[in-house]
Formats: sequence, C-alpha cells, structure tokens
Amino acid sequence: MSINLRDSGATLWANANKWQRYLIAGAVILAVFALPLLEGTFLNTPSTPFEMVLFYPIGVYVLMALGLNVVVGKSGLLDLGYVAFYAVGAYTAGILSMHTKLNTWEILPIGIALAMLSGLVLGAAVLRLRGDYLAIVTLGFGEIIRITALNTSAVGGANGITNIPNPPTTFGLKFDLDHPRSFYWIVLILIILTILVIRGLSVRRPGRAWESIRQDEDVAELMGVNTYKYKLWAFIFGASVGGAAGVLFASKAMFIAPNIFSYNVSILILAFVVFGGMGNIWGVVVGAVLLSYIPEKIRFISDARMLIFGLVLIIMMNLRPDGLLPRKKREKIGVAGEKSK
Amino acid sequence: MDFSVLTDQFASLTFDGIALGFIYVLIALGYTMVYGVLRLINFANSEVFMLGSFATILVSTKIFNYTIESDPITGFKLVYTLLAMLLGSMIVSGLVSVLIEIVAYRRLRSRTSNRLTSLISAIGVSIVLTEGVRIATSSAPMGSPRLLDKITLVTIWGADIRLDTLLVIVFAIILLITLDLFVNKSRLGKGIRAVSMDYDTSRLMGINLNKVISTTFLIGGLGTGAAAFFYITVYEMTRFSIGFELGLAAFTAAVLGGIGNIRGAFAGGIALGLIEMYASAVLGTQWRSITAFVILILVLLFKPNGIFGESLQQARV
Repeated sequence: MSINLRDSGATLWANANKWQRYLIAGAVILAVFALPLLEGTFLNTPSTPFEMVLFYPIGVYVLMALGLNVVVGKSGLLDLGYVAFYAVGAYTAGILSMHTKLNTWEILPIGIALAMLSGLVLGAAVLRLRGDYLAIVTLGFGEIIRITALNTSAVGGANGITNIPNPPTTFGLKFDLDHPRSFYWIVLILIILTILVIRGLSVRRPGRAWESIRQDEDVAELMGVNTYKYKLWAFIFGASVGGAAGVLFASKAMFIAPNIFSYNVSILILAFVVFGGMGNIWGVVVGAVLLSYIPEKIRFISDARMLIFGLVLIIMMNLRPDGLLPRKKREKIGVAGEKSK
Repeated sequence: MDFSVLTDQFASLTFDGIALGFIYVLIALGYTMVYGVLRLINFANSEVFMLGSFATILVSTKIFNYTIESDPITGFKLVYTLLAMLLGSMIVSGLVSVLIEIVAYRRLRSRTSNRLTSLISAIGVSIVLTEGVRIATSSAPMGSPRLLDKITLVTIWGADIRLDTLLVIVFAIILLITLDLFVNKSRLGKGIRAVSMDYDTSRLMGINLNKVISTTFLIGGLGTGAAAFFYITVYEMTRFSIGFELGLAAFTAAVLGGIGNIRGAFAGGIALGLIEMYASAVLGTQWRSITAFVILILVLLFKPNGIFGESLQQARV
C-alpha cells in the first residue's frame, strides 16, 4: 500500500514547531470532544443512539485497548484474561455502591487500586512464566474471576448487581440516561490522560525496558534490565486502566452481571490491539474505534455482524499482518530530550 | 464440601474421569502437535471439535435417518453406523483443520514472524465458524439419537462400567497407539519430529515444510474429530458454543502436561479429567472449571514447563 498514514502523520508532527504542535493537538482534542454533536448525521448507528455508542463500546474499548497495549504491544506479554481487571473495577463499583454511600468519583480510585492489586498478585505469581504459558494462565485467571462472581450469592450470582447509581452531577454536567455525552467526555478525559502517561513512559526508563523485553528478554536481562520488575509494572499499569474502564462502565450501565465479563471481551480487546498495530498508540486507537464502531453500524444485519467481524479479522491480518498502523521497524526510543533541542 | 460423595463413589468417578480424560487427550492433540511444529496456539481447534460434533449427529440423522426418538440398535447395524459416524466426524474435522491452516496460517507464516498475528487470524476463523453455525442452527442445541444402549456391563467396586464410556476408552487407546507408531516410525512422522526440533534446519535438510505442517493439522483434526464422536456418544448433545468449553479444557490439559509434547498431553488430559470429576463431586459442578485452572497455575508455578516439559523430542530420548 502506497499511502502510509503513520509516516505522513509522523512527518507532520515532526516538522511542526512547539506552537504548531499545541495547535494540532488542541484542534484534534476539540474535534474529538465535539463528536457527540454529529448525532443524526451519516455516522448515526441504527439501534443505539450515536452518543451512547461513543461511550460504550467505543470509549470504554479504546481505553481498555490502550491499557492492554502496554502489556501486549509494548512489553510483548500475551495476556488473554484482561477482562479480569475490567470485572474487578466494575464489581468494586457494584459492591461499594451496595454497601456504602460513596459516589462514582470516590469509587474510581478504589476500583483502580483494587485492579492494580489483582494485577500485582497475578503478575507476581505468573510473570516468571513465558509466552504461551502466560497466555493460558491469564486466560484462566479471567475465568476464575468470572466463575467466582457467578457462584457467589453475595454479589448476586448470575443475576449480577442492579441499581448501581450514576455519578452525581459534577461541574454542571448531569450523568444519567438522558445525558450520555457526559459519560463520553469523562472516558475521553481518561483516554487522553492514559495516552499522555504512556507517551511519557515510552521515552523514559520503563518504556525502554519494556521495548527491550519485547525484543529479547534474555538480552535485556543480561544488559541489566530488571525484567521481572518492569514486566510487573506493565501488568499493573494495564490493570489500572482496565479497572478504571470497569468502574465507568458499571456507573453508566447501572447493572453488571458475570456474563458481561466473558473471555470473549479479552479476545475482542486483544483483536483491537493487534488489528490496529501493536505497540503504536494511534494504531491501537484507530483499530479499537473501527472495530467497535463497525458492528454497531451494521446492526441491520444484526445476526451476521460477528461473522463479518471475524471475516474482517482474517482478511486484514492477511493483507496487513502488522496491523493497520504498525509501529516503525526501528522505533526511536530514548529521545525524551528531543523537545528541548 | 462433601467428601463422603468422593469416598462413596470413588471408583465410579475415577472411571468417568478417565473417559473424560481421553476425550481431552484427543482434542489436546490438535493443540499440542501444532504447537510442537509451529510454536503457535491453534485457537481454531475448539471449532474443529464443534464441527466434528455436529458432523457426528448429522451422519446419524441425515444419512441413516434416525431421529431423537429412535430406539437403540444392536448387532452389525450398530457397528457400521457408529463407525460411519466416527469416520464422518474425523473426516470433517480433519479437512476443516487442514483448511484452517491454509486460510489462516499459511500466508502469514511466510510474511511475518509475529506469532500474535496468526493468533488473531485464528481467532477470526474461530469467530466465523462459531457464528456461522450459530446462525445455521438458530442458537438451538442439537440432540443425538441414542443408538448405543448405555447398558452397564459389569460393576467393579461399586462403579458401573458402562458400554459407552468403555467404548471411548478402548477406541481412544487404539487411536493413540496408532498415532504414537505413526510419529515414531513413519517417514512423515520423522518429518514432524524434525520440524518440531528445529524449523529452519529441517527446511535446509530438504523437508517439505508445507506437507509436514498440513499432515500435522490433519492428524490434530482427526484426533479432535474422534473426540467429538466420543463426546456425542457419552453426552448426546451439542451446540454452537461447545467448542469453547471443551477446547479450553483440552488446551489446559496440553499445557499441564507440557505443550508440544504428545505423551505430556496424554498425562495432562487424564489428570485433568480425573481432577474435574473429583472436584465437581466435592465442590459442585459449578466450580469444576475453576479447579482445573487453579491446579494449572499451581503446577506451572513449580514446574514452569508443565509436568513433562516442552517439546516433542524430549519425550523420546
């Protein structure tokens, strides 16, 4: 393919000076925040209002894809149970709202902390395993969380938890069924924060460590990288993002049940990451947006939409094996000081 | 927790567990052999199993015109009907498995070294097959006519040795011995072992890689198809989503024994079948799959390469 979106985008960015960069970034952010205004245009989705689709699936999935990208794309650790952290976040929101008076903004840090803790526990136990063993163990962990929720009557068993409150009105923004765009804006803020943190880490020590682990773990270890520690950090970071997505989802949907957190979600998020281009933030974002938007858009053939999703995956992987917007072959790393030059 | 169930029915549970274990072993072949050769998790294998189970039922209902209400049959008629069902399932599964390799993996193998790409492609195939069958069957489960009367042959230590479970064990042992002979004695089997030892060197030595890989997928598919037939004979029901459950268990079994290792898959499958049976007796069936995963995590913590370690050649020296 002759059109190289990634490179033309990168060139534009590289050639811009500081103020132009602020301008570009500001314009893009503004445009993305204004997306709910396009309700009723060609972007409309048939069965769910476009504003709702913007939050879930698109927003939530983009956030989770970014989190998983750190684990799979940046550090090369195959995690097939990412949904576990999403479930931990959502169930934290559900349980705390059942027993306490905490609102969503107070629950959010607790949910993130608990997700990180579960990431730490799982990671500490299994990160000494390699490749495909790690894959099956993380997959198993996801199933353990789901089946435990399913069989624990204190969290509603198969019926799940209902009547989880919406977030309170904040800064004049109402959060309820009639105001889906507020939820979209909140998830967007989280997405932007996540992107900034990942970009910051990528050019510093953790990012370099992750990159070296992905390329060759033995060499990284020999070069003095504490691979276990950085793998654990990648895991915990990914978990925190998944937990945040879970809390937000629960507060919007007001209802959670174990079957929402099936293994299919982990696979879907992984598909976003690989489809978009592993390791490249923008590729992952584009992949997640496209793959979560298309099934909503083609709901008129609702029965066959997952079938088409599968076909798209096969065809795309055969046409562009490295994803839609792959990372560069020799990614410049360690150029934190570039801006100050 | 009710341990009295375990002690009361120990022999019975053991027997059922071994039969279930053999089904896992046969499915696990589809994962472990492909992993040995390509170092790739063959995710679509669970759907090979699903299609095999449908093929088994369709052979009996469409070709022999039995229905759910049909009475069990006996004698020579029973033997050739069951054989036809077994062959039908194995042929369908074998062909699908080979096709999956050509559609999902072959092109990617030459174009990228990134194994995750093949994984996503396999997931795509898996979704297409599951969804295709879901639409075709309108999400309805499909029952199998009971052609083989489930009579109890003998009772040993309180365990009923039923005809259907005994059939599974006997047939599975025959198939596994055949496979072991094939891999160890035949020319193609030698090729498979060579490729799993060293992919690049075996190519330099003039081994026809595509042929070896296709054969591996064919064998994996045949084993999985046989497992589907046995599963239908014992449990008599299938649905579009069945592949996930059984596939996951079989994959766990393969990893438990040491993925890429055929004899490891055997040990892992039997162990998992027994563990699941005991666990569901003590804790209740709803905790069954969790026990499998907890055991897997514990085993991997102490033996990071599975009980018997990785790679095909290790089992042989």
